[in-house]
Amino acid sequence: MSELLLPPIGMLAELTHRCPLQCPYCSNPTELMKANRELDTQTWLYLFRQAADLGVLQVHLSGGEPTLRRDLEQLVAGLSSRGVYTNLITAGVGIAEGRIRALAEAGLDHVQLSFQGARAATTERIGNNRGSHEKKLETARRVKAAGLPLTVNAPIHRHNIEEVPDFIELALSLGAERLEIANVQYSGWALVNRDALMPDRASVERQVEIVEAARERLRGIMNIDFVTPDYFATYPKPCMGGWARDAFMVAPDGTVLPCHAAHTIRSLTFERFGDRSLAEIWTDSPAFNAFRGTGWMQEPCRSCDRREIDWGGCRCQAMAIAGDPAATDPACAKSPIHARMSMLIEDALATARADGSNDATTFVYRRIAAVQEPV
Amino acid sequence: MTLTRERRIVSSQATPSLPRHVRIQFDPVRQAWSVLSPEKVFWPNDISLDILRRCNGSTTIGTLISDLAAEYDAPEEDVAGDVTAFLQEWSDNLLVKL
Repeated sequence: MSELLLPPIGMLAELTHRCPLQCPYCSNPTELMKANRELDTQTWLYLFRQAADLGVLQVHLSGGEPTLRRDLEQLVAGLSSRGVYTNLITAGVGIAEGRIRALAEAGLDHVQLSFQGARAATTERIGNNRGSHEKKLETARRVKAAGLPLTVNAPIHRHNIEEVPDFIELALSLGAERLEIANVQYSGWALVNRDALMPDRASVERQVEIVEAARERLRGIMNIDFVTPDYFATYPKPCMGGWARDAFMVAPDGTVLPCHAAHTIRSLTFERFGDRSLAEIWTDSPAFNAFRGTGWMQEPCRSCDRREIDWGGCRCQAMAIAGDPAATDPACAKSPIHARMSMLIEDALATARADGSNDATTFVYRRIAAVQEPV
Repeated sequence: MTLTRERRIVSSQATPSLPRHVRIQFDPVRQAWSVLSPEKVFWPNDISLDILRRCNGSTTIGTLISDLAAEYDAPEEDVAGDVTAFLQEWSDNLLVKL
């Protein structure tokens, strides 16, 4: 590593793995932690103070469902007192009356609310939770009533890709400032359910046209962030803005990782907050330094003029598909195994045709001990 | 399709302000001014910072332009072009209210 080490800007805090929903593409690890492994209030507050000292400006409070933490107001207040920008990432189901307002009063800056479908039946089927859509609509109203800005997050896959126009309408009708049309990234539970979730190419192309037209039409009215689907890509995404470059995440038990799927790279060992300080982990942890900068790269990344644009893409996707975390992300057209992405799409669609699984019967829903981590 | 909101266009009478979810903050770690917004952090240069600081909901864009032209000793029409383009972009990204 020869590059200058800069302080981190953002942190994703997965406060808990508990969640009322069971989305089959959850980005949490397939080995979910129970509540008794979670850091306590004082430890999270101590960690947040260290994060602020280290230079973190934005904290994304996520899970699982972060509002299941009864101390969430305290955690928000702790961050807010240090001027850290707080973003609540919630499923918006089962939040007690008055809680959103209390969070706003504690200093919460922004809410990102997920919708599994733009229609009630889809939301309920994907999250495996009856009545969830109505509860989400109510949460959105409470967010706006508390004067907080709202982002609607829509994870996209085969079972809701045709609802993209409805998602746009839904976000507008809720008064959202932002909409994320986020095609599912195939790690964690989504990798387990890849065959059941993969959309076909024609649907993806239609989606791109719809989103581009909506962005044009809604300029200055609502921002649409489009997370494109990796398997259909020409170039990879600069995952996390580059490995351990300006952001990191913390798991419910205080394990500090460069991204939420990094634990799938079994050759790396991740350290826990408490055993070492955040600053020590950020600067010295072998796992953080493993893929930092460009020094670790192989060809074709090493001599590629895009190496500091996409930073080699996603290390976890390289691990999952190429079997080597230092390989070029196979999403890149320059990867020697790029063609495997198209084969995986075809395999998924063929499997779906064979077992007629355009319904959700083949989902492995996210729940504790439902599945072993693929190795 | 039900559009309750409209794209706002910069005019000299508009009095821009920062929405609640956007704030200017000095970062002691990097010794620089930052603009914090949902999902994004910006590092404005001096002129951008001077524009954003005047987005207080009472200063008109016309006054803002005259002030900056005087402060930078620059032709008002040059400043007007830069300020208009900057505020339109920030308004389009919902980071400034017009």
